[in-house]
Amino acid sequence: MKVSCEALRQVEAICEKFNNDPGELITILHETQNTLGYLPEEVQAVIARCLGIPAQKVYGVVTFYSFFSMVPKGKYPVSVCLGTACYVRGSDKVLEEFKRVLGIEVGEATPDGKFSLDCLRCVGACGLAPVATIGERVYGRLNPSDIKKIIDEY
Amino acid sequence: MENLITLTIDNRPVSVPKGTNLLDAAASISIDIPALCHMDLKGTCVKNAPASCRLCVVEVEGRRNLAPACATMVAEGMVVHTNTARVIRARKTVAELILSDHPNDCLTCPKCSDCELQRLVKRFNIRKMTYEGAQSERKHEQTAAITRNMDKCILCRRCETVCNQVQTVGVLGAVRRGFDSTIAPTFDRMFKDTDCTYCGQCVAVCPTGALMERDNTDRLLDDLYDPEKIVIAQPAPAVRVALGEEFGYEPGTIVTGKLATSLRYLGFNYVFDTDFGADLTIMEEGAEILHRLRAYLGGDKSVKLPIMTSCCPAWVNFFEHNYPDLLEYPSTAKSPAQMFGAIAKTYWAEKMGIPREKLVVVSIMPCLAKKYECGREEFSVNGNPDVDYSLSTRELAHLLKRANIDFRTLPDSDFDKPMGESSGAAAIFGATGGVMEAALRTVYEVYTGQTLPRIEFRDVRGLEGIKEATIDLNGFDLKVCVAHTLGNARILMDKLRAGELNYHVVEVMACPGGCIGGAGQPYHHGNVEILKARTRAIYREDEGKPVRKSHGNPDIQELYKVFLGEPLGERSEKLLHTHYFNKSSK
Repeated sequence: MKVSCEALRQVEAICEKFNNDPGELITILHETQNTLGYLPEEVQAVIARCLGIPAQKVYGVVTFYSFFSMVPKGKYPVSVCLGTACYVRGSDKVLEEFKRVLGIEVGEATPDGKFSLDCLRCVGACGLAPVATIGERVYGRLNPSDIKKIIDEY
Repeated sequence: MENLITLTIDNRPVSVPKGTNLLDAAASISIDIPALCHMDLKGTCVKNAPASCRLCVVEVEGRRNLAPACATMVAEGMVVHTNTARVIRARKTVAELILSDHPNDCLTCPKCSDCELQRLVKRFNIRKMTYEGAQSERKHEQTAAITRNMDKCILCRRCETVCNQVQTVGVLGAVRRGFDSTIAPTFDRMFKDTDCTYCGQCVAVCPTGALMERDNTDRLLDDLYDPEKIVIAQPAPAVRVALGEEFGYEPGTIVTGKLATSLRYLGFNYVFDTDFGADLTIMEEGAEILHRLRAYLGGDKSVKLPIMTSCCPAWVNFFEHNYPDLLEYPSTAKSPAQMFGAIAKTYWAEKMGIPREKLVVVSIMPCLAKKYECGREEFSVNGNPDVDYSLSTRELAHLLKRANIDFRTLPDSDFDKPMGESSGAAAIFGATGGVMEAALRTVYEVYTGQTLPRIEFRDVRGLEGIKEATIDLNGFDLKVCVAHTLGNARILMDKLRAGELNYHVVEVMACPGGCIGGAGQPYHHGNVEILKARTRAIYREDEGKPVRKSHGNPDIQELYKVFLGEPLGERSEKLLHTHYFNKSSK
């Protein structure tokens, strides 16, 4: 998938907003991902050029933080918590059920671009374990049998 | 000395300057604390100190936890123990954990017996794989110059440090996290799809077999045993001051005579010398310097100054990738090795009646980028390269041992004629500042028409990153500058781009210390004294030569007389000069 020229101009504008300061790399990556939804190679190369740092540096940061993604997210990004509390209360089974219902693996998006599936470590709602989020919405005390119904709501 | 700190290490008092780390403080009283990630080539800019391997841990009285000696600075009255049972056990455990995901294939690993991890395993008396964890499965790659097997990487980050801080190439770095973390080129690409210059300094500092040279020894054996082929050798200036180290000689031992004999015993049909190519380079590059200077002094404002040397293939890659707007500044002269190849496969081959396709030119180089340079298309005729391939100093040493040649007892011999004759000026190409000094010896005499009063130009010698000097050419102040490492080259190129670089001639070598510190040389394992000893040997080699100026080499004079004509003449331009490409990825 090719990133549009317009999108790349937007990325340049974001870098400019932070004075092309290499110290702001993470903030710039955050804002760029919020704007474009993901951080493909072309976008990272533009950021590297604007900040005057090697593209390798940008790539190192993007791959280090699980928050950053190099593939487009679905309209409704699903994240299943595999933190300790959720895991011991069966979030692995919840994850398996999401995979089955959506027909995709972790890190992928459905062909229609509606859903994408990821794992994360703790959203700070351990009391509700096991937890998953779809977009901004948090679902707690999940059972594998709930998943189909939840997905059908969207 | 100012600000001395006194402390006790293993019950022995020691006084060292403030700011010294425990590793160096211990070394000053002959206590050799093992370290793996740490590397400090003192006096150069090569320093890796991430304190990540934790093998150098020591016990400091009053501290609860063990401290890494590399990252702990001395303090007054400190009491340190480097060999208590607790320390020795902890160190062993750390090494065992490093081994837990390391491929257990030392027997067939190319780094076997030169591997720093292997040495420590032996030293720590590790006799079994204590922790057998998951094995990492990372990318393997083989380029013309470098091979990469990151399963053997221990994440010491030395390669990342030299690639980024020292060379400013910025290709290698850490990606991902946790068990998946590895050192990879930009976007996990192959080296060939990045700005990699193949300088190979990542290989020179890698403690394990993760980053290695591309091995050409079997290819050479095949050619040597092919009765149809005429195989000729050309070893570079820096090889003869380092090869001996592989056979137990003190660093800085000159083994030129044994080198020539060993190549002959190995089966080369003719043993020539890249130094001959170096003298030729000075003739061409010197003429180019004079040409540009005369044009400049004649009022030509379009002339590109400074003229920059072009012997170093990693430096050529560096400016092609990073400074495509400045491609007209470097000299168009090919490197000595390529000049040698071009002459060997034309002038010499014709003279000897050897068809081009039967002649195999092999260079023995201190360098890994030379392996890549051989494959550049513009250095071939109808797909047949001027230099067929290149072996590193290390590869030659391995091959000699494999061929049962007892290097230490070999008699000395001379290189074959005519392409084995060389001047002292060619010998010093191997050290930073050497090409400049060699060029000055010729440029001065040709420009002024006078004999040099003093042949040595000491201002351009030594390990300082950027050196400058002014030479009086009959009233004209020639300003020259010498840089080694690509990081220092970048400083100069950024100034040139900004219009602030006020020199007439600039020399650049990619490796620390010049070719003597090349990535194909015997491993220095972090000991800068080895580089200094090789440098001193280079200048001793020069002093021992009867002819010390390139234009005084009688065989070079003969070559111009019977074949080439004039420097920068039509034939010279065709055979000995090249052009550069825009390889910018931006």
